Amino acid sequence: MGKNWKKWLGATLAVAMSATLLVGCGGEKKAATSNEIKIGGNFELTGNVANYGQSTMNGVKLAIKEVNEKGGVNGKKINLIVADNKSEPAEAANATTKLITQDKVVAVIGPVTSSSLIATAQIATDKKIPVLTPTATSPKVTFDNGKVREMIFRSCFIDPFQGEVMARFAANSMKVKTAAIYVDNSSDYSKGLAEVFRNAFTKLGGQIVAEEAFLQKDTDFKSAITKLKASNPDVIFIPAYYQEVGMIVKQAREMGVTIPLIGTDGWDSPKLAEIASGAALNNTFFSNHYSSEDKDPRIQAFVAAYKKEYNQNPDALAVLGYDGALMMIDALKRAGSEEPKKIQEALAATKNLQVATGVLTLDDKHNPVKSAVIIEMKDGKQTFKEKVNP
Amino acid sequence: MDASSFLHQLVQQLINGISLGSIYALVALGYTMVYGIIKLINFAHGDIYMLGAYAGFFATTILKLSFLPALVFAMVVAAVAGIIIERLAYRPLRNAPRIAVLITAIGVSLLLEYGMMLFVTPQPRTFPAVFSATVYNFGGLIVNSQQVLILVTAVFLMVTLTYIVQKTMVGKAMRAVSYDMDAARLMGIDVDKVISYTFALGSALAAAAGVLVGVYYNSIDPLMGIMPGLKAFVAAVLGGIGILPGAMLGGVLLGVVEAMVSGFFSSTFRDAAAFAILIIILLFRPSGLLGKNIREKV
Repeated sequence: MGKNWKKWLGATLAVAMSATLLVGCGGEKKAATSNEIKIGGNFELTGNVANYGQSTMNGVKLAIKEVNEKGGVNGKKINLIVADNKSEPAEAANATTKLITQDKVVAVIGPVTSSSLIATAQIATDKKIPVLTPTATSPKVTFDNGKVREMIFRSCFIDPFQGEVMARFAANSMKVKTAAIYVDNSSDYSKGLAEVFRNAFTKLGGQIVAEEAFLQKDTDFKSAITKLKASNPDVIFIPAYYQEVGMIVKQAREMGVTIPLIGTDGWDSPKLAEIASGAALNNTFFSNHYSSEDKDPRIQAFVAAYKKEYNQNPDALAVLGYDGALMMIDALKRAGSEEPKKIQEALAATKNLQVATGVLTLDDKHNPVKSAVIIEMKDGKQTFKEKVNP
Repeated sequence: MDASSFLHQLVQQLINGISLGSIYALVALGYTMVYGIIKLINFAHGDIYMLGAYAGFFATTILKLSFLPALVFAMVVAAVAGIIIERLAYRPLRNAPRIAVLITAIGVSLLLEYGMMLFVTPQPRTFPAVFSATVYNFGGLIVNSQQVLILVTAVFLMVTLTYIVQKTMVGKAMRAVSYDMDAARLMGIDVDKVISYTFALGSALAAAAGVLVGVYYNSIDPLMGIMPGLKAFVAAVLGGIGILPGAMLGGVLLGVVEAMVSGFFSSTFRDAAAFAILIIILLFRPSGLLGKNIREKV
């Protein structure tokens, strides 16, 4: 009897649950009338970069919520339909397919990472639905095989741009004449940045006095540091990821290298200060998309709104997500229609758009020209140093 | 570059090289001991080094031990691991062809690497500062107290090892097994036990190197053993595999060569130089630098 009773209960629950599901579906269908615009959100909500996806989605949702509270776009509310891509390129492709074919969205925001985004590019191109990534920084995202990907847009700057930012920062703000480069030979990110930095710094009248390389997973950098030190540069540019950078900075300071060390957004991690120790990081600078300490009122307004909504400090991805959504909203406004073709044209024509992190104009490769910030490390804490405009 | 600055750089690179080389030497000793006794290149040795680093890490973070107890703890953990690996993976293959044991060693190596990844995640860990670094500056030459610590610990362990091998009964038994396993067995030596001791000693040394590296470079991860393992293998071959002083010499020499290559040519060629040495040695002097002079093994 007891067993039967349990079965009975189970069956009842199952029926009840599926009924709820049906109601859920029905509700959504009813809402899908013509007074809303459906935008897809393809984010890394689980898997190994889940925190990236979550932050970006929070930023996107905040922007959409704000615009909906003000009456939406062209009299219609934006409805963000979210799909999880599990941080995998194959799943990202599935998620975009689902958003386009089942949910009938008119545009997609995301994924966050370059490899996942590239996996969805072909689908978007075939279905002629514009895709905007707020965060993927690889140049290949929008430009591949000598051709611009017509349907793909982004609202963040691309990797090589940071090389130019740091060259300008070194030459104009720090007023240094010579620089050395210490590059991670196993990473395209690093090599690309080093090349851009070399060209830009030389063009600005500076001189590259030494160039050395290391590989990911190296632990001993002292020999190369000794050599770099002997060439007497004013500054050393290290475009690499925090793991190796932490060890390089630590060992360089131990070897008596007191000159400024500069880098790029690969440095952005709390682990950096753990590995290098805060004192060693003094007099180091790196470029990033934004700093929550930026005194710009737009940034401060965003930080306040984000804290109110989610009760935490926004990271770089959150603000990028927010800016990406703003760019999409702007395009929808200008398109004045829900036709994907019109939205695509409007996105491509984005010009002088004010977003939280600066003013955004899209170039002919669908890459934004926008400002970057320089972060200075002080006793292991990131502090805002200055903004570099393109 | 003028003469004085050249000399200055040379000495500085020598210091860099010796501290790096003493790490290689400690790991190379384990390779050489195991090879000397059962003619096996134990490719899992680099991963024992990683295991030791993690044992040291957990000893300092969870058990809150200071540097020396943590070092001893890591050495004990690695010694036990070494014995277990030998017992489970190599002993059943004692009479199998050598290639079978070699492949098993590679399997054990992968098992340790990816097993650890499963348990401790691939995320690199930051070693706590158990031994603060003081930097000594001798007229522009920079020596770090941790470099001194590495060198002192390495020399102390090598002296201890030499004493054990040369002066104790166990050492005598090891040397006997290394000369002729069958004859040693006939003399009443428990060969399996002696091999276990050898693995324990070699693994303990690797663990010590792992902890030193953790303290020195401040960062450990489950794949940290691959490169040092290969380099230590080169060092062991360079000095003459199976010969204890050879491993020490080879390790230090390799460290110095790497430092000189990255210091005076290009850091890009550093690893290439290390493996070029392996090829050259195998071509021209397969028994290693000390291979001819010293006959004694283990």
